[in-house]
Amino acid sequence: MAEATLMMRARDGDAGAFGELVRRHMRRAYFACLGLVGSHDDALDLSQEAFTRALRASSRLDPERPFYPWLYGILRRLCLNHLRDGRSRREKLVEAGAWLQDEARDRASRSNPARTAERDELRLRVATAIQALPPIQREVLVLREFEGLRYREIAELLEVPEGTVMSRLYAARNGLAAALGDDL
Amino acid sequence: MNDDHTKDRLDRTRELLMRALDDELTPEEQSELDLLLADDPVLCAERERLGRLKEVTADMKLRTPPEDLWDGYWNSAYSRMERGVGWILVSFSVIVVGGWATWQFVTELIADTEMPPLIKAGILAGSLGIVILLVSVLRQRLFVKKTDPYKDIVR
Repeated sequence: MAEATLMMRARDGDAGAFGELVRRHMRRAYFACLGLVGSHDDALDLSQEAFTRALRASSRLDPERPFYPWLYGILRRLCLNHLRDGRSRREKLVEAGAWLQDEARDRASRSNPARTAERDELRLRVATAIQALPPIQREVLVLREFEGLRYREIAELLEVPEGTVMSRLYAARNGLAAALGDDL
Repeated sequence: MNDDHTKDRLDRTRELLMRALDDELTPEEQSELDLLLADDPVLCAERERLGRLKEVTADMKLRTPPEDLWDGYWNSAYSRMERGVGWILVSFSVIVVGGWATWQFVTELIADTEMPPLIKAGILAGSLGIVILLVSVLRQRLFVKKTDPYKDIVR
């Protein structure tokens, strides 16, 4: 069923239609939160909370616009407030960098086991450095690197000009490169 | 004027670097970047450094949770909302019933002819004090929530 139809039904109080919207977007919502807060538990909580808030506000759904950018606005606000309030449970997970996975390490573990420890260390440093970035820089980096969005899509999602996306991305990469130093 | 020009040029160079890393350069922009790189070894070094970073991050991805997480995802979110509604109803009930009980207590206290007036005054003052404190804390929290200038700033 078309998303606009689901949104129209959800707006009219059809919980089943809203449930279908959730099923279509839950993975993306979860990963958006995970990239921002760096903790599986927090990402799960926050993404579910975003959907419950979206359901409560479903009378304001506009079927002429895509659902995800509207949801992302809710998600983003929740995640940034969550980080600001210091409620994050990510501290111990940041140490393990558990939210990030290194595909090169996974490949190396089959062909060159000795290299896996080196890649584990690198993954940990990358994860820690990403978590240390200011959230608005981290957000753009995650959307580009992990979600693979184009600049235009990121700009639309965040409702900022493409130039702002690129300047945030530059700042993020510069910060990350500085943090990784000799690892590069 | 010169400062503005330098800043604009710097911003443009950074944009081109980002576009180059992410394969978003048009042929014209590629030529523009090539020209900039041709006479700027510092920029070349920066491009290489950011290029190495890109190779590192290209291998990283967000860890995928267990697939069964998605089976109960919506049910769990829906239950959370139901619990929220439940809490609102319970809170409403506590306020209404608690308010009524307080009113009964106060009217009976005032009507009680056996209790010394000083004790009555003490109990009423204490009760009123608790109500004022609760209202004050609640009002302050609401005020801070609405007017906090730093609420969108992340530490």
